[in-house]
Amino acid sequence: MMRHLISAADLTRDDAVLILDTAEEMARVADRPIKKLPTLRGRTICNLFFEDSTRTRISFEAAEKRLSADVINFAAKGSSVSKGESLKDTAQTLEAMGVDAVVIRHSASGAPYRLATSGWIDAPVINAGDGTHQHPTQALLDAFTMRRRLIGRDTGLGKDLAGKRITLVGDVLHSRVARSNVDLLHTLGAEVTLVAPPTLVPVGVETWPCEVSYDLDGVLPKSDAVMMLRVQRERMNAAFFPTEREYSRRYGLDGERMAKMPEHAIVMHPGPMVRGMEITAEVADSDRCTVVEQVANGVSIRMAVLYLLLGGYEPATPATPRTEEN
Amino acid sequence: MSKILIRGAKVLGGEAQDVLIDGETIAEVGTGLSAEGAQVIEAEGQILLPGLVDLHTHLREPGREDSETVLTGTRAAASGGYTAVFAMANTHPVADTAGVVEQVYRLGREHGYCDVQPIGAVTVGLEGKKLAELGAMHDSAAGVTVFSDDGKCVDDAVIMRRALEYVKAFGGVVAQHAQEPRLTEGAQMNEGVVSAELGLGGWPAVAEESIIARDVLLAEHVGSRVHICHLSTAGSVEIVRWAKSRGIDVTAEVTPHHLLLTDELVRSYNPVYKVNPPLRTERDVMALREALADGTIDIVATDHAPHPHEDKDCEWAAAAMGMVGLETALSVVQQTMVETGLLDWAGVADRMSVKPAAIGRATEHGRPVSAGEPANLTLVDPAYRGVVDPADFASRSRNTPYEGRELPGRVTHTFLRGRATLVDGKLA
Ligand SMILES: [Zn+2]
Repeated sequence: MMRHLISAADLTRDDAVLILDTAEEMARVADRPIKKLPTLRGRTICNLFFEDSTRTRISFEAAEKRLSADVINFAAKGSSVSKGESLKDTAQTLEAMGVDAVVIRHSASGAPYRLATSGWIDAPVINAGDGTHQHPTQALLDAFTMRRRLIGRDTGLGKDLAGKRITLVGDVLHSRVARSNVDLLHTLGAEVTLVAPPTLVPVGVETWPCEVSYDLDGVLPKSDAVMMLRVQRERMNAAFFPTEREYSRRYGLDGERMAKMPEHAIVMHPGPMVRGMEITAEVADSDRCTVVEQVANGVSIRMAVLYLLLGGYEPATPATPRTEEN
Repeated sequence: MSKILIRGAKVLGGEAQDVLIDGETIAEVGTGLSAEGAQVIEAEGQILLPGLVDLHTHLREPGREDSETVLTGTRAAASGGYTAVFAMANTHPVADTAGVVEQVYRLGREHGYCDVQPIGAVTVGLEGKKLAELGAMHDSAAGVTVFSDDGKCVDDAVIMRRALEYVKAFGGVVAQHAQEPRLTEGAQMNEGVVSAELGLGGWPAVAEESIIARDVLLAEHVGSRVHICHLSTAGSVEIVRWAKSRGIDVTAEVTPHHLLLTDELVRSYNPVYKVNPPLRTERDVMALREALADGTIDIVATDHAPHPHEDKDCEWAAAAMGMVGLETALSVVQQTMVETGLLDWAGVADRMSVKPAAIGRATEHGRPVSAGEPANLTLVDPAYRGVVDPADFASRSRNTPYEGRELPGRVTHTFLRGRATLVDGKLA
């Protein structure tokens, strides 16, 4: 395994499959009466959140506690971008306190990378979402959810997502979830299509390993999974699209559209959902929608990542050389 | 003042000659000149250039003396081979009155390392609303001829038009920081393949190009002269080339870093590469080099932008924009322009001394290396190879993108009106 988890692009196929397989093992812990493993007993993990995200923080915290780690929650709401020093200062404070790993969420793209590479801190760094850059554990939990639903919980072990067709819909431009998913799904062999109004697709997307379409209806019949991305209503005021109604007419997912998807296809959403605009209640509440499972799977994935980065992982098959060095 | 004989230097990269300095002026240029009564500098293999002139320097004084002062900035300039620098107006207070520009001008003269020619703000407080007292700044002891709101774009077309018209009365020039503000809201780096991947706000090339296009048309319409600061895109080159072919009185500058570095470096998220305008693509870099070679871009200007360590030792989004450049400019130009065969040393003298002096009307600088001229000179050892170590900098700030990089060439001596400000690479 690598030392830090900053970007989904840093994961090899074997790394990613190993994390998904490990997460299946971790998921079994959740099915037990006592949902705890002693693996990280005596280790201290800090959740360093410069940006509010109760969902992600609670998910990491649950994962850490199930692995018996000691948890420090540090919220430095919004202070960093205006006063640049605080990230470095905070990091060094944590280092002095002997923290064994840092889970960081930051509104600035690249902040976790800086933390991991600037020599401010020695501990492994796990990116819990940075600006509009990356959110690798989200991509892993999404891939985990897809593998379970599209291949199967036990039959999926050891497998990637080769040949699966995944469609991401919505605000790609501002989405770290989209970036992470494109990277990881490509690594896992899936074919990814982005669907969004052209204003919400970044300049330079042509080098990404995916297709881009402006026609949701054309893509739906060929999709094994459709992931709806968050669209903030504020984007409308910044002229990314004319009106909420027009957005949902062209890019929203309602029951009629869902019916165009293949029988087995699932609907995903990283949450929280903006009901009405990007997804109708009918779709959100249907059993094809995996939002609730994604939340549960998030804990398993984060346990797997923490376990592999901190648990002194030894390769099960040392004869197979691994390639994460490049 | 004593006599100095520079022996055997290649003047503008040409034949080896002796140059005799007597007092503040060049007394004689020739071969086999007598060394009698003169201090001799053996300069075999070295290149003698007119003292370099930087049309775009940030000295930070008054207001941000923790990053640079007129003293430390002019010492850095002398180290880099400069004998004159134009100091940008975005200080605190802003250089928008005769009082501030005179203070900066006098400090430069007092310290004696490099002439400081203040640039006046175009608008009061750089706010883009109301013209600053351009005439009073011109009439002051500082004799301001270049006006710029650098750091900000004069984006209001009417204000820009009026400024261009107004400075015609005293032969001034407006130097534009071309950045359409709405197109660059939240911009962190060049918009393109790398920004898409890194999730950093994009600074599109068109934000620069649209302003340049507008301003050359305005300059044409009112028959004035406009200078484009730190031009950074291939598209900007095309527009300036077109404007010049049409006879519009436009000049343009490129920075050393835009001749060498690309936005690929931003993948490190190291804010030392954060600069405005941002580092662009390889294609842009090549277009800029060619445009500097063919004269479409007139000059090299450093945009020397000192920042204290703490303003760069942080996450990318929080970091200040800018790089120091005075002490590495000539080396970067040697690597990107001379060693690629695009420009000879006479061309370097033209782009880094003669033309910038002409644009800024610095009449004592950028002069020919011949008898009777002011002895503003720079001696360069082009064979030198060394790794950049910011600890050696005279600048108060160390935010260089070249740390650890090998660059060719080294300024060994700088003379300001016959007085050595740099001797054997050490400040005098
Ligand atoms: Zn500027």
